[in-house]
Amino acid sequence: MEITIPVLILAIPFFMFLLLGLTGMKMSPRLAGTLGTIGMGTVLVLSYYTAFTYWFSGNPLFQADGFRLPVEIFNMTWLQFTPALAIKIGFLLDPISALMLVVIPTISFMVHLYSMGYMHGEKGFQRYYAFLSLFSFSMLGLVVATNIFQMYIFWELVGASSFLLIGFYYTLPSAVAAAKKAFIVTRFADLGFLIGILVLSFYTQELDFLPMTLNPQEVFADFGGTTFLGCSVLTWALVLIFSGGMGKSAMLPLHIWLPDAMEGPTPVSALIHAATMVVAGVYLVARLFPLYMLEDAALTFITVVGALTALYAAVVACTQIDIKRILAFSTISQIAFMMVSLGVASRGGEAIHEGLGYMASMFHLFTHAMFKALLFLGAGSLIHAVHSNNYTAMGGLRKYMPVTHITFLIGCLAIAGIPPFAGFFSKDEILVACYANSPLWGVWMSAVAGMTAFYMFRMYFLIFWWDNPDYAARVKEQEAHGHHASMPHESPITMTLPLVFLAIVAFCGGWIPFGHLVTFDGHEYNIHIDWSVAGPSIAIAAAGIALAYILYFKKNDRPARMADSCRWLWTAAHHRFYWDELYLFVTRRIIFDRICKPIAWFDRHIIDGTMDGFAYVTNCASQAIKGLQSGKVQMYVWWYLIGAVLLGAITALCIL
Amino acid sequence: MKQEIALLIAFLVVFLCDTFASAKAAKSIPAVACMWMAAVTVFGFITVPDGTETAFAGMYATSKVMYAIKNILNIGTLIVLIQSLKWAGSDFVAIRRGEFYELIMLTLLGMSLMISSRHFLIFIIGLETASLPLCALVAFNKNRYESHEAAVKYVLTAVFSSAILLMGLSYVYGLCGSLYYDNIALSAGSGAGVMLAVGLAFVIAGFGFKISLVPFHLWTADVYQGAPTPVTSYLSVISKGSAAFAFLVVLTQAFGAVYAQAWEWMLYALIILTITVGNLFAMRQTNMKRFLAFSSISQAGYIMLAVVGNTAMGVSALMFYVLVYVFSNLAAFGVIGAIENATGKVDMTDYNGLYSTNPRLSFTMMLAMFSLAGIPPFAGFFSKFFVFTSTLSGSGSAALYVLVLIALINTIISLYYYLLVVKAMFINPSDSPIATFRSALSERAGMWVCVAGIIGLGIASYFYDYLLTIV
Repeated sequence: MEITIPVLILAIPFFMFLLLGLTGMKMSPRLAGTLGTIGMGTVLVLSYYTAFTYWFSGNPLFQADGFRLPVEIFNMTWLQFTPALAIKIGFLLDPISALMLVVIPTISFMVHLYSMGYMHGEKGFQRYYAFLSLFSFSMLGLVVATNIFQMYIFWELVGASSFLLIGFYYTLPSAVAAAKKAFIVTRFADLGFLIGILVLSFYTQELDFLPMTLNPQEVFADFGGTTFLGCSVLTWALVLIFSGGMGKSAMLPLHIWLPDAMEGPTPVSALIHAATMVVAGVYLVARLFPLYMLEDAALTFITVVGALTALYAAVVACTQIDIKRILAFSTISQIAFMMVSLGVASRGGEAIHEGLGYMASMFHLFTHAMFKALLFLGAGSLIHAVHSNNYTAMGGLRKYMPVTHITFLIGCLAIAGIPPFAGFFSKDEILVACYANSPLWGVWMSAVAGMTAFYMFRMYFLIFWWDNPDYAARVKEQEAHGHHASMPHESPITMTLPLVFLAIVAFCGGWIPFGHLVTFDGHEYNIHIDWSVAGPSIAIAAAGIALAYILYFKKNDRPARMADSCRWLWTAAHHRFYWDELYLFVTRRIIFDRICKPIAWFDRHIIDGTMDGFAYVTNCASQAIKGLQSGKVQMYVWWYLIGAVLLGAITALCIL
Repeated sequence: MKQEIALLIAFLVVFLCDTFASAKAAKSIPAVACMWMAAVTVFGFITVPDGTETAFAGMYATSKVMYAIKNILNIGTLIVLIQSLKWAGSDFVAIRRGEFYELIMLTLLGMSLMISSRHFLIFIIGLETASLPLCALVAFNKNRYESHEAAVKYVLTAVFSSAILLMGLSYVYGLCGSLYYDNIALSAGSGAGVMLAVGLAFVIAGFGFKISLVPFHLWTADVYQGAPTPVTSYLSVISKGSAAFAFLVVLTQAFGAVYAQAWEWMLYALIILTITVGNLFAMRQTNMKRFLAFSSISQAGYIMLAVVGNTAMGVSALMFYVLVYVFSNLAAFGVIGAIENATGKVDMTDYNGLYSTNPRLSFTMMLAMFSLAGIPPFAGFFSKFFVFTSTLSGSGSAALYVLVLIALINTIISLYYYLLVVKAMFINPSDSPIATFRSALSERAGMWVCVAGIIGLGIASYFYDYLLTIV
């Protein structure tokens, strides 16, 4: 394959970032938005072309004996420190990066288009598009990374662009706080990632993915015996690398930043905090999966973290009021599904059920990206109409916003796992993989799937059906006075068009023969529905929807009564089980007061004092020798002669 | 020989044009000179030989490395010539316009010879060809008193240093019986002893003058300040860089055998003195040209760090350092020259509030300062990094680690004074900042090239990789 197209895929968004960032203020917002969207559209076409070439061209470079091969389109050395240590920048094409080349530009393009309507008239519109381009560039660079260091560079770049976009409304203190929180929490996790990279590369002398993942046994043969604190070095490295993924993918206990990140503009939440950046952790584990297969301990850790996170987030989502927060917790829960799916895909170095869990995880990543972006953009459309994030301000909106209503319903059905919507197929595969590993995880994840259906339809009914007396009053007023200014209305075409497109994908995305495209070993896998798993899970999802219908379809006092009956649980869940308070306590009371203050004192008095002393001495020395530069050429020559003679004399003495 | 011959032809063409052209046609001499210089530069890139070429019975040798070194110097000279177009067009240099370009080309020819020589006779010819025209160049502003003073100081010190250098060489000749580098290396290898070391000390002193190592540097500040700005930039970059290369060749090829015995510690001491004293003086300067003079002294110490390790990597580190230094220092001199041409101001206090009136110039200057101070991701960081690495990859003795530590501490001190300039431009308030002006196209072109170099060399690894492969 030519390297022009892969280079362009990365270069166009970067160029757009520079163009819009440097000259955006001189353009009209409309021009900036159009340019950004056209740029992203071009990237969309190019990456579709690349992915389709990879999958369907039948080129022997990409496919041999029915196996799909990973290919480095290019991998150039950027900085050679030592013969073993070189930093490279390249473009790796394999099933999962081809998958991401479809997902990222699709969502990104939809968000670019949608934002033309949603962000219309916002201050800093050009800056917004510049940041979107920066994000798209970083995310694409991350997924095509040929080595773990390149991945780390782009990993930090997506973190930085996420920071910039969460804090887009920088005049709002809450947005600034959320941006800082997201950045600090993920940076903290990335510290583990970096240490993991260092440990791994120190023992393997290898940063490139391909040599590492193609022959993991060989690469790790040398240090199989090295242990630290009872665990092998490989386990440590993998768990530390996973901790970076925990931060980005908002796994327990590093999930606290994601709900707050909803302070950013809603399309940003759809792009970064639902579909692309937050699945980077899943992608990281999938990328290094052959290594994780070697260590059951690391995989078990991933499974447990994922399962706990999935349950926790689902419970919290049932009690939230802000619809974006509900979607945020739902995202956390769904990403945890993907993590669990990876965690259960292998045991003892052998892939279980032909590595079904791996394929299912990637499948769910794809379908989830589509329907979750759809739900977020739908939520954005609602917020655009009623100017509030809370469902209490909504209710009965189906009449006023028909397109949003239908597309949102499709999204909810997809995430709830009702056939034939996309979510059903991917979630079903995950559950099959869980049961294949252990009934415990199967039952656990089935229960969480049921809760998913419940909280999604709770939100759906509360937004679109539950009566809103406010609107009824307004309708009366409108009839009386004949003006209709304040009624919610459907969003403009630039916003509904992405909704419709994503709804179509969320409807039929599951019919893609995914097992033929992305599998664990590159070999084709035929997906078949296992009705002994699918049947009960449909029943559970239907039960969840039915419960939501009973409680929230029409205005009644049953929800309030239910909340009262177990008040402590409801309150705790509503406050997200006090994780934020716990963090505040630990950071403020323990770290800041007990650790940081003494260190700050040391810094101010000892270190600064030393540096001041150093500066003082330097200054004095400078003062003292300034007579040397007298301006008299005779003196210059004298010094010259003294220097030469001393140099010769001392050497002579030393040799003698 | 191809590069030297090309340069000689270019010189002759410019010289003949200047001599026989009418007064009207003489106005285009600077442009003609620039074009010929550009042609020579391109020629150097396309004629790189594969092996070693010799001439004059082995007194002269050239190879890929030599070509790369001379290409770096050619690029630097070309930038200097382009930046000087505006100055050369001004009235008070109008009569001698052509001479500036001829003398510059002639000195560059001398430097090329000096670098490629493998015999001290050719070396001395090259050295003097490079030195004497520079005296005339320093005195180029014949109506200015400072220019005269600078020229006199330069001549006297140059003569003295040549004398010392020749005395050292006579010792070497007396001991080894030959002036060929190879023969000296052979004799030194068989244990030449004390007198060779003394001779070497005088040779080092002679080089110390050209590179301005402490304590042979005292002429530098006065001459840099008094000379016309294009000449100062030429002195500080090309003259210094070429001497550093020649020094490396002489030390490794002729005196390689007495590395541990003699010149390792000599350079060691000189580097510490040079970096520290250069920094301590640079802190106090208020005149920008004088400030850059001391900054360039301290930079010379860093350049020598690549030599003191005595490794193959040091050669590429040295080339890369000089290449980056060419861009960074010429960017700084480009800004200073542009401001001087427009307003006649060269004091640091005049730069207060420059950002508000001339943001682009301030930005260029800032990049130059960052690169000189070694702030990533600009090229200066990497050049310093590679120089330090090459020092440490030498014998790996503890003393070398101490040397690098001292150099690092000095980097912090240097950051202080480089940032003083940035602070003046961006932060210090001023009631009457330099008025907004538009610099000439030639000045801008020079600065653009330098900025591209500062950023590009920091990001692209290709150039350093290439320099690493040819050694």
